[in-house]
Amino acid sequence: MNLHTYSLYLLVMAGVTYLLRAVPFVLLKKEIQSPFWKSFLTYIPYTVLSSMTVPYIFYATESTLSAVIALATAVVFSLLGRGLVLVAVAACVAVLLVDGLIF
Amino acid sequence: MRFSVGLKDGLPIGLGYFAVSFSFGIAGAKFLSWPLVTFISMTNLTSAGQFAGLQIMANASGTLIEMAIASFFINLRYSLMAISLSQNVAPSFTTAKRLLLSTGITDEIYALAMAQKEKVTARYFLGLMVLPYLGWSCGTLCGSICGEVLPSVVTNALGVALYGMFIAIVVPQMKVSRPVFVACLIAIVLSFCFKFLPVLNSVSVGFAIIICAVVASLVCALIFPVKAEEGSR
Repeated sequence: MNLHTYSLYLLVMAGVTYLLRAVPFVLLKKEIQSPFWKSFLTYIPYTVLSSMTVPYIFYATESTLSAVIALATAVVFSLLGRGLVLVAVAACVAVLLVDGLIF
Repeated sequence: MRFSVGLKDGLPIGLGYFAVSFSFGIAGAKFLSWPLVTFISMTNLTSAGQFAGLQIMANASGTLIEMAIASFFINLRYSLMAISLSQNVAPSFTTAKRLLLSTGITDEIYALAMAQKEKVTARYFLGLMVLPYLGWSCGTLCGSICGEVLPSVVTNALGVALYGMFIAIVVPQMKVSRPVFVACLIAIVLSFCFKFLPVLNSVSVGFAIIICAVVASLVCALIFPVKAEEGSR
């Protein structure tokens, strides 16, 4: 990717992200009242993260097996109430063990 | 509400961000040089948004419009947080300061700022965002440099950290909230459809994620409108 293309992408990504934070922070003093849009905004982060993780995680490692085990490990650790960092580390270790030792 | 107090409160977030952005650096180093990957983190400070943005860049098929729409929907929650944070800041938090510090509105920093009993001052908020910002940028820097030298077995394993963090955010909510559970299930099923069904699999990854998330959230907003209190986060 050349520098020109990169700069355009970066400008769009950083610009949109900044404006989304800055504009409401500066302008809006009232809370959104509509239950429908409030709900929509509540669900958005979770649906985004879900659709970004599955099925793409299955292609992120050397073997599908290690990815499945990483997913399962992360889900179990999350259900046990472990924090972000520990869940992330557990998933990494699972992949390393499966891909590094078995294959 | 002093700067130093904010700095201390931000330390655990900074450490966590370092670990997660390390894996973003690795992902980015697959097709960008390390200064370019690091600069993305320095200018965006958003995990899911950057990750989706990177996928759009990587496919090279993604257009700028797609980048704008993806960034918009994935980061739309920050607008909600900015609105709610704006009612909880001190009067001394002027417009100029808001323009400068609004980059610090992330899931974790927002959550900590809202947990304060007093009104949030600009000094405290600046202190709060310093270490997470440094952690996020330095983690990406280290990850992108290591990504160029480490073998793929190791980088792939570390790359899973980002997915691990996504799972750590989503699963506990799915456990306690049935609407979130249903919303995520719909999103995942749709995501599979866009990956494997003919016609649908020709839609680029960026748009596929937007469509999955927006459709699932709209459906669930219709079926399960949140009560007034729950919607604040």
